[in-house]
Amino acid sequence: MPPLPSPAADSIAAANARYWRSNVRLTLILLALWAFVGLGCGVLFADWLNQFHLGGFPLGFWFAQQGSILGFLLLILVYSLGMGRLDRRHRREVERLQQQAGGGQ
Amino acid sequence: MTVQAWTFLFTGLTFGLYLYLAFRARVRDTQGFYVAGRGVPAILNGMATAADWMSAASFLSMAGLISFLGYAGGVYLMGWTGGFVLLALLLAPYLRKFGHFTVPDFVGDRYESSIARLVALLCALFISFTYVAGQMRGVGIVFARFLEVDVNVGVAIGMALVFVYATLGGMKGITWTQIAQYWVLILAYVIPVVAISWQLTGQPVPQIGMGSNVQETAVPLLAKLDQIQRDLGFTEYTAAFTGEWDKINVFCTALALMVGTAGLPHVIVRFYTVKNVRAARWSGFWALFFIAMLYLTAPATAAFARYYVFDSLQGKTAAELPDWYRTWEKTGLVVWLDDGDGKLCYSGPKQQDKNELFRTGALSTEQFATIRAQHQQWLDTKGSGGVDGRAVMTAKKLSGPDADILVLATPEMAQLAAWIIALVAAGGLAAALSTASGLLLVISSSIAHDLYYRMLRPQATEAQRLRLSRTTIGVAVVIAGVFGIYPPGFVSQVVAFAFGLAAASFFPVLVLGIFGKRTGAIPAVVGMLTGIGFTASYILGTVYFGWTKWCFGIGPQGIGVVGMLLNFVVALLLTPLCPAPSANAQAMVDRIREPEGAGPGVDIEAAPEH
Repeated sequence: MPPLPSPAADSIAAANARYWRSNVRLTLILLALWAFVGLGCGVLFADWLNQFHLGGFPLGFWFAQQGSILGFLLLILVYSLGMGRLDRRHRREVERLQQQAGGGQ
Repeated sequence: MTVQAWTFLFTGLTFGLYLYLAFRARVRDTQGFYVAGRGVPAILNGMATAADWMSAASFLSMAGLISFLGYAGGVYLMGWTGGFVLLALLLAPYLRKFGHFTVPDFVGDRYESSIARLVALLCALFISFTYVAGQMRGVGIVFARFLEVDVNVGVAIGMALVFVYATLGGMKGITWTQIAQYWVLILAYVIPVVAISWQLTGQPVPQIGMGSNVQETAVPLLAKLDQIQRDLGFTEYTAAFTGEWDKINVFCTALALMVGTAGLPHVIVRFYTVKNVRAARWSGFWALFFIAMLYLTAPATAAFARYYVFDSLQGKTAAELPDWYRTWEKTGLVVWLDDGDGKLCYSGPKQQDKNELFRTGALSTEQFATIRAQHQQWLDTKGSGGVDGRAVMTAKKLSGPDADILVLATPEMAQLAAWIIALVAAGGLAAALSTASGLLLVISSSIAHDLYYRMLRPQATEAQRLRLSRTTIGVAVVIAGVFGIYPPGFVSQVVAFAFGLAAASFFPVLVLGIFGKRTGAIPAVVGMLTGIGFTASYILGTVYFGWTKWCFGIGPQGIGVVGMLLNFVVALLLTPLCPAPSANAQAMVDRIREPEGAGPGVDIEAAPEH
């Protein structure tokens, strides 16, 4: 890739910074859910949740031994899909900026 | 066909398969040897990671532990799966983008410090050796029980096998054998539980079965277990926070295991083997998917096993005892010392004086024979002579059967077909061998790559490095085998130690290396040493020197969390006071944060230092 004129390089740098911020936001949201499902429902609220039942399972017990694992799996799935989307959107944006820079010369 | 014949058949076939795969995938360069040429598709890498991660402990001991702990057993389930969320979200994609060979490599290059590299290297070696010792022991136990050879002969056979396929194929060979081993171990784990679930609850899906009613009754299995445990002086199976597993300890242990998992070098290194960042994210998903197959089944195994232990032993006379008890009694993992009424009674801590079921633990055959002889004398003389063996065993904390037998014995308890029982043996071997090979590779790359090539002799040629890698695996296999033959009597504490150290050392350093651009070498090294120092001294102090659990009553298993927090706090406090990393290191952080394709990735072939 030949060196781009500086306005285009600047806007690409800005797009990179936006990408990183969206990445961190998605990661933080998913980590909060991770803590809620595993450490929250599985541990902190487990004794309280045990008064409810899911079929033959006390609910707190179910979260500790089944629900949390299913939740974790779902979180990684959402992350992989979400980051894939973010990557594609970013790539399109960068291509558009590069074309603009190329067209302006 | 007998169980033994089936076991010979299955182990013979699977071992042949592993060797064939390793031979097909043999390698000639370090790239192939350390990271399988970076061409492993995400879903296959997920399978290999799952087999790498699920050790003899997951396969043989975990369900047994859950069976004894009930609700609190969830710490292992949550801890060992929740770590993959941290790994997939915070570490794997970035470390793959960085694209070196090992974890100490990242630490050394990101912080531009040989001390940081060395500390990381020593932690990686310690963690890996701790782990691999347990695997070799697992191989020995399975061989001893099912092939009726000596434990030591079993360990030797396992060593020879791992040596051949790990040196031949390196990471590439290991990847393909691990994929095969995943299927062997998961089928071996799930098939018997499905059969048991069907038999016990009429529901073939074990995860639903454990929440269903026991056949021909209207009582859910878990409620029935709660009832039995209450009546026999145990705490209820599903009740949360009992005994020493109070809320803070369950919380800290689960979190320490999660963070520790994310910091384990043999798991991290698997993410280096995939093609690109996207594949690293997806292999995180697939890894947990394949792991969940076993981890969602384990609690069902645990509950069914618990039920069968009571159902098949409680109140039985010597003539009525089932065959599985007779087989396992020979190993000393379960023994019965009667109180004189001729009926077996297995009861819990609240009715300790009635309990008659024990295990011999670390006692030698002679020591236990003496206890048993004196107990017999005590029975014969109606208490006027001899010694009550039950009191002796209780004082030695050897009440109840050994947790390790449950997975292997449950198919026998449920009287399943011989081929299913043999399949479990092959699965246990697959679990132990796959983890052992992954760990040996970490040991080999730590020494041959990080220590020799990056620190001692940077001018070493490719052929020299490859030769050294192979030699190191050979030496490491022998050391691991020696640990397997003469196991240190404190394996469980040492494993807690490994997780605590991984949590307190690697995890904060890696996260700060990626997300904290300003953090330089001094905060990282001081933080790591603080975390390790605190965690190590607390574990050693509470386990060996009789310290009270002065830190909020947290036990040694969960203390890694506090070590990790200390590491983060120290590093973050020092960061503004110390020089920032060089422009070079900051540019590297920028590069690993950029999405794929936006800039040139770090190409390992082109990088001058490789």
